[in-house]
Amino acid sequence: MKKAKNRASLKTSVNTFFKVLRYLKRYRVHFVLSLLFTAFSVALTLYVPILVGKAIDLAIGKGNVDMTAILALLVKIAISVALTAILQWLINVLNNRMVYGMVKNVRYEAFVKIQSFPVSYIDAHRSGDIVSRLIADSDQFSDGLLLGFTQFFNGIMTILGTLIFMFTISPLVTLIVVFVTPLSLFVAAFIANRTFSMFKKQSEIRSEQTALIDEMIGDHKTVVAFGYQNKANETFNEINERLGKISLRAIFFSSITNPSTRFVNSIVYTLVAFTGAMICISGGSAISVGMLSSFLSYATQYTKPFNEISGVVTELQNALACAGRVFELIEAPSQTPDAPATTLDGLNTVEFKNVSFSYSPDKPLIQNFSFKAEYGKHVAIVGPTGCGKTTLINLLMRFYDVNDGAILLGGKDVRDIPRADLRDNYGMVLQDTWLCNGTVKENIAFGNPDATDEEIISAAKAAHAHSFIKKLPMGYETYIGENGGILSQGQKQLLCIARIMLTQPKILILDEATSSIDTRTEIRIQKAFKKLMAGRTAFVVAHRLSTIKESDVILVMKDGNIVEQGTHEGLLEEGGFYSTLYNSQFPDAN
Amino acid sequence: MKRLLIFLKDYKKESILAPTFKMLEAIFELLVPVAVSIIIDKGINGNDTGVIWRACGFMLLLGIVGLVSAICAQFFAARAAVGFATKLRSALFEKIQSFSYSVTDKLGTSTLITRMTSDINSVQTGVNMFLRLFMRSPFIVFGAMICAMLIDIWLGLIFAVAIVILAVIVFGVMLINISLQKKTQAKLDGVVSKVRGNYNGTRVIRAFNKEQAEIDEFGNRVNDLNKLQLFSGKISALMNPLTYAIINFAVIVLIHNGALTVESGVISQGELVALYNYISQILVELIKLASLIITLNKAAASASRISKVLDTPSDIEFDASAKSADDTSAVVFDSVSFSYDKSGEGDDVLKDISFKVRSGDTVGIIGGTGSGKSTLANLIPGFYHATEGSVFVFGKNASLLSSDELCSTFGIVPQKATLFAGTVRSNLLVGNENATDEELWEALEGACAKEFIEQKDGKLDEEVLQGGKNFSGGQRQRLTIARALVRKPKILILDDSASALDYATEAALRRNIGALEHAPTTFIISQRASSIMHADLIIVLDDGIPVGMGKHDELLLSCEIYREIYNSQFSKGGEL
Repeated sequence: MKKAKNRASLKTSVNTFFKVLRYLKRYRVHFVLSLLFTAFSVALTLYVPILVGKAIDLAIGKGNVDMTAILALLVKIAISVALTAILQWLINVLNNRMVYGMVKNVRYEAFVKIQSFPVSYIDAHRSGDIVSRLIADSDQFSDGLLLGFTQFFNGIMTILGTLIFMFTISPLVTLIVVFVTPLSLFVAAFIANRTFSMFKKQSEIRSEQTALIDEMIGDHKTVVAFGYQNKANETFNEINERLGKISLRAIFFSSITNPSTRFVNSIVYTLVAFTGAMICISGGSAISVGMLSSFLSYATQYTKPFNEISGVVTELQNALACAGRVFELIEAPSQTPDAPATTLDGLNTVEFKNVSFSYSPDKPLIQNFSFKAEYGKHVAIVGPTGCGKTTLINLLMRFYDVNDGAILLGGKDVRDIPRADLRDNYGMVLQDTWLCNGTVKENIAFGNPDATDEEIISAAKAAHAHSFIKKLPMGYETYIGENGGILSQGQKQLLCIARIMLTQPKILILDEATSSIDTRTEIRIQKAFKKLMAGRTAFVVAHRLSTIKESDVILVMKDGNIVEQGTHEGLLEEGGFYSTLYNSQFPDAN
Repeated sequence: MKRLLIFLKDYKKESILAPTFKMLEAIFELLVPVAVSIIIDKGINGNDTGVIWRACGFMLLLGIVGLVSAICAQFFAARAAVGFATKLRSALFEKIQSFSYSVTDKLGTSTLITRMTSDINSVQTGVNMFLRLFMRSPFIVFGAMICAMLIDIWLGLIFAVAIVILAVIVFGVMLINISLQKKTQAKLDGVVSKVRGNYNGTRVIRAFNKEQAEIDEFGNRVNDLNKLQLFSGKISALMNPLTYAIINFAVIVLIHNGALTVESGVISQGELVALYNYISQILVELIKLASLIITLNKAAASASRISKVLDTPSDIEFDASAKSADDTSAVVFDSVSFSYDKSGEGDDVLKDISFKVRSGDTVGIIGGTGSGKSTLANLIPGFYHATEGSVFVFGKNASLLSSDELCSTFGIVPQKATLFAGTVRSNLLVGNENATDEELWEALEGACAKEFIEQKDGKLDEEVLQGGKNFSGGQRQRLTIARALVRKPKILILDDSASALDYATEAALRRNIGALEHAPTTFIISQRASSIMHADLIIVLDDGIPVGMGKHDELLLSCEIYREIYNSQFSKGGEL
């Protein structure tokens, strides 16, 4: 069972790896050059200690130094070093180009992809998740994968090269190095295993503490209001003590790794010095002093890549996992492709024809719904929470497509109209206010970037936003942060209304557009809306029934169905669901 | 950083021992090349195996002693760093808990949380690394140079020159890198905010057909980021090759001059090998030192952010000599004006408000969005201090209320209904630690919450998730009201705290509160006229100005704004 699972995960890893190669394809020249340069630079790096050793061998003692031969060796060293330095720089630059280029391409592709996601996907995934895939994961994947790979290659080359060089000097000493060095890996793994549980415990306590901090600082005002500070401090200190204890253990035990591996290395070093020296004395010519010195220098170099490679393997695994997450995003299904462009009549009726729709198959919502709005009619949609009012708007705008039946615009199925053309007909203000990261002015002109300052100001005035905008530090040039940062919910809603005042849509959609605005301002805005809606089709969803009394048609919805339909007066006379809803608003009035 | 050093005070011993042991380890490491040179000169060239045995034994011993002192050093460093961070965390948390409303507003809760968590962690790492490495790396670098000079002063000078050049390059590249890193981070933040904004605004962006514009903008941002990354990459890519080249050119000069010195008989072949070994040690340590400085740099930035919070006074200053009033009415506002920004003139949130409330009365405060209703409510318990004029609570200046007086007098239901993780009981006990179960149920009943709590399996022990997410908005509001009622407060403040309740429940709630045995003075802040129309005193706020004060019937006649609000909500037959 477990084996099968492993095989499956291996298979996805391999799959991911091939997809990664696709992105690498653009950079294949860089990649090959990088590997080639790495091979050269490793060889040269290893060659230098040999040359130094040879030079040392030529300086035996007083009056016994071959200066001309040494000079020749030094020239060789200088050339090798200069070449290595240049190669190393080029490798770095090439790798940077690949890594950063790949990140950029992946991010761009993912972002373009997001624009074509069906809205249902976006509703189902939180933005934090998408951001982390697009930013952190794509970074990790290109960085980890590429640098991991080049480091891996570099490490292997260094180990192989060192082995070959050492072997040519002395097989016996080489064997010692080969067998003793992995000891440091075992030591490191041993300690890591032991400390793993401590770190896990540490992060558990830490998240417990963070949750408390979130609560007690995030909701500090309540803490103050109830004089809860001392109790909060007590709880905090108790957790803090525990955290301190476990942190000390975790940090201390994990920090033993370095001294321990260093100790193993120093054993290797001593052994090499010992055997090398012994061979020197006994064999005479088998190993020279210079060779011994090269050997010692190798012994330190040989252990380094081992430590690096063990890190690289986990990094590569991690990178592949990240790549998988990014690809998941890029390969998620897009919305159905757009229909070819068609022409639409000037004046358009909107018709729901036997429409059925639900977000999930097991919870039917709208069933067999039919309704026709002639051009210029004002349609109000009312009903209790969750009855499907906003869903109708989602369908009108084609944020979602119907499961059954059709919505017609000017007699044409909306699915046969390109989305952009369809949406050009609509202007909408939603309860959920979204503003772009820019100035107040840019936000008002969002749908009509060519608007003049006068037009912008008069739109703001019509939306009753002008007076508060003027009070902002920079007026219309005030920069409002991510999603409206400095503004109150009501002010954001006023800006969204001003935004729609600037566009001249044929059909207006107002979904709880004034829910966060106080009733007095709302009444004034209603007047502006009335002016804007004149001669246009409008769909209005409202919770304050007083605002929709003058609509041509009121659709009363309940559990996804239209239960009543008519004018305000007519419906009140009927004395049905609408009149109950309407009267429940005024419990205290008489 | 200095500001935080007092938290290390209790760890003086550790802070001295850790670097001392590190220094010992470094000394033992520096002795290794000496042993090697003895092996070569006396052992190999002197043909003496005994020397080799002894020297290697000595090297092994050096390794063991080095290991022991390193472990000691790690232990003391970890103890000092963790102990330091624990104390600091506790002090910072207590400090933040002592902040008043205005200070929390000014600093912002999210930055406070970052400082409590990631900033303190980075300072902890900084202290740990500092104690471990700061003595070791310079010691090895300069120790190696001194050892070299002991062998031969002139050859040692090559080391000195190489170290200076290396230091300049390593630190130069690093400094440039830090500043470039900051810029890169800013660009990356731009990319992140584009993604988040775009994602959250999908509906609007699509409704306005702005997808392509968004893609173009995003493309620009990633391209900018890419360019900057490549540029800074090119500079940091210089580090390794340059240090490699310099060290090896130093080796070349060393071998060249060393060979000449050997020729003249001043140093031996073994000593030349020792010099060669020393130079390799220097490079490794310098690079460690550079990365240490990056860590320290980060830690120092975090430390200064933490210090700033610790240095912030818990409350903004107010006139402590403020007089008490002879009037012992429950609440008195005496020509109170208020502005969140003390220096800002003209944008007063509240302007010249005076009124008196008798004990047991109910006060309704009504007005539009941003008219200053909540601000007025927050002035009563002295959460904010009046910029001008004074607020008195039972004759005492509200700004001078002690935490105990505050607790015994007020029951407050904030606008945002949040509960703490725990149980229903633990949340209600926040209101009054000593309340009995009977009193808790009583409070729940008063808040119209008894019914739904009774239906829960756990009753009072029903679990509450963080923020109270497992309860609906209306249930949360009722629980926060119960929390305030448990306290049996003299003054009860309900800040728009029935907004998620339906009209019938709200009416029942109002009846319950009116019937409370201890008859608290009650402030009800609301946008609904129906919630406050029965109050003994209604204050109508418009843009911070009290435009009407009185009873419902009077206001209907005298206050136009009140009439408008009322009609907008009760205009059954009236005009729109």
